Amino acid sequence: MNLTLRIWRQKGPEDKGRMVTYQVDDVSPDMSFLEMLDVLNERLILAGEDPVAFDHDCREGICGMCGLMINGDAHGPQRGTTACQLHMRQFTDGETIDIEPWRASAFPVIKDLVVNRGAFDKIIAAGGYITAPTGSAPEAHSTPVAKANADAAFESAACIGCGACVAACPNGSGMLFTAAKLTQLSLLPQGQPERYTRVIGMVDAHDEAGFGGCTNAGECTPACPKGIPLNTIGRLNRDYLMATSKRGDNTPGS
Amino acid sequence: MAVTGILLALFLIAHMIGNLKVFTGETSFDHYAHWLRDIGKPLLPGVWFLWILRSVLVVAVVAHIVAATVLARRARAARPVKYAHRKKVNGSYAARTMRWGGVIILLFVIYHLLDLTTGTLNPVGDASKPYGNVVADFAPERWYVTLFYTLAIVAVGFHLRHGAFSAFRSLGQQTPRGERRARNAALVFAVALCVGYLVVPFAVLTGLVA
Repeated sequence: MNLTLRIWRQKGPEDKGRMVTYQVDDVSPDMSFLEMLDVLNERLILAGEDPVAFDHDCREGICGMCGLMINGDAHGPQRGTTACQLHMRQFTDGETIDIEPWRASAFPVIKDLVVNRGAFDKIIAAGGYITAPTGSAPEAHSTPVAKANADAAFESAACIGCGACVAACPNGSGMLFTAAKLTQLSLLPQGQPERYTRVIGMVDAHDEAGFGGCTNAGECTPACPKGIPLNTIGRLNRDYLMATSKRGDNTPGS
Repeated sequence: MAVTGILLALFLIAHMIGNLKVFTGETSFDHYAHWLRDIGKPLLPGVWFLWILRSVLVVAVVAHIVAATVLARRARAARPVKYAHRKKVNGSYAARTMRWGGVIILLFVIYHLLDLTTGTLNPVGDASKPYGNVVADFAPERWYVTLFYTLAIVAVGFHLRHGAFSAFRSLGQQTPRGERRARNAALVFAVALCVGYLVVPFAVLTGLVA
């Protein structure tokens, strides 16, 4: 396959950045998208040019590092996979492919296609954990959990924090991520003691980081490589309403 | 957004039912319209209830617009650099047109008040003859008015389709099955309201109401 790539090149955080066109020939349809970028980078290095910086780590869809906006689709046209799991057979010979970084003020571009997703860590630090030391895994039958809750919590726990929900959201909102990290705890017994301080802390951290507000537009779930359902945000809303209408001190950490 | 939106949607239901009284004849419709000004009598003097209702609606509209503006400004700030290649979105057309749709609806409401409340833009504009005002408004030779009303009502329908679902979600609708129900309920509500509002101008246009 011969492809034309239009890639966002930006030397550093201060650089303005621009789309640059590259021609990549002899691409195998069995290559992954990142392998195709590796091929391009090898050629750029041989030609003495600066290779394209992009994030990647496990290359099997579980680390959440590879975030690319491919032809306007977060993680490319294939549903339920990350960019590293995308194969070149999803594209046609002679196609022009636009590759851009996630666009959000909370995710500043470090270089080319690499963004700083540290804002997600701030949301987690604001309550995405349980304070009690839990030791090793307990006997499974000691704390009964309803099957439906276990399944929904597991669905949320599948979030790899890649940021595709923010990238796809017309409002630049990180609410699907926040909701997933919240409900994986709030649906289980271990998450109950801090349930309501957690939701306030995490939503406040989300807003402070400069993410937009959720308007239930529904763009995030189709872009999510783990298919976290949209109703997860409803669970967050319910917890937030409970927390803000509950009597007593609900400040995080109290 | 959800709470003010629900208040406005409740008003839309009441307004639609009131409109449909046009099919019960001139005397009945005019009697209903005059009664609207007297609700609460003798407990409240004259048009007090009407003005209380109007103030609640104005507060709801203003709060709705303020909340929408805050969301729109946050969204703009959250994505300072736009995508060079933006796919047509996966969400519904209704969800994507909430903001501009809302602006269009606001302009329509202003026109609608000047038309059938103050009578400024109405060919008859006689406050004592609401039935006559409506019939004159949607007369066949003023087809462009009917067309504009139709477009505006369809815009309201789209706004309600996403708005009603979104309100359920904001107020804590949280299960997948509930989501399907909420989406269906929002669609049925939006279509029912559109039809309920549009039968009146089209009945006048076709001569069913004269």
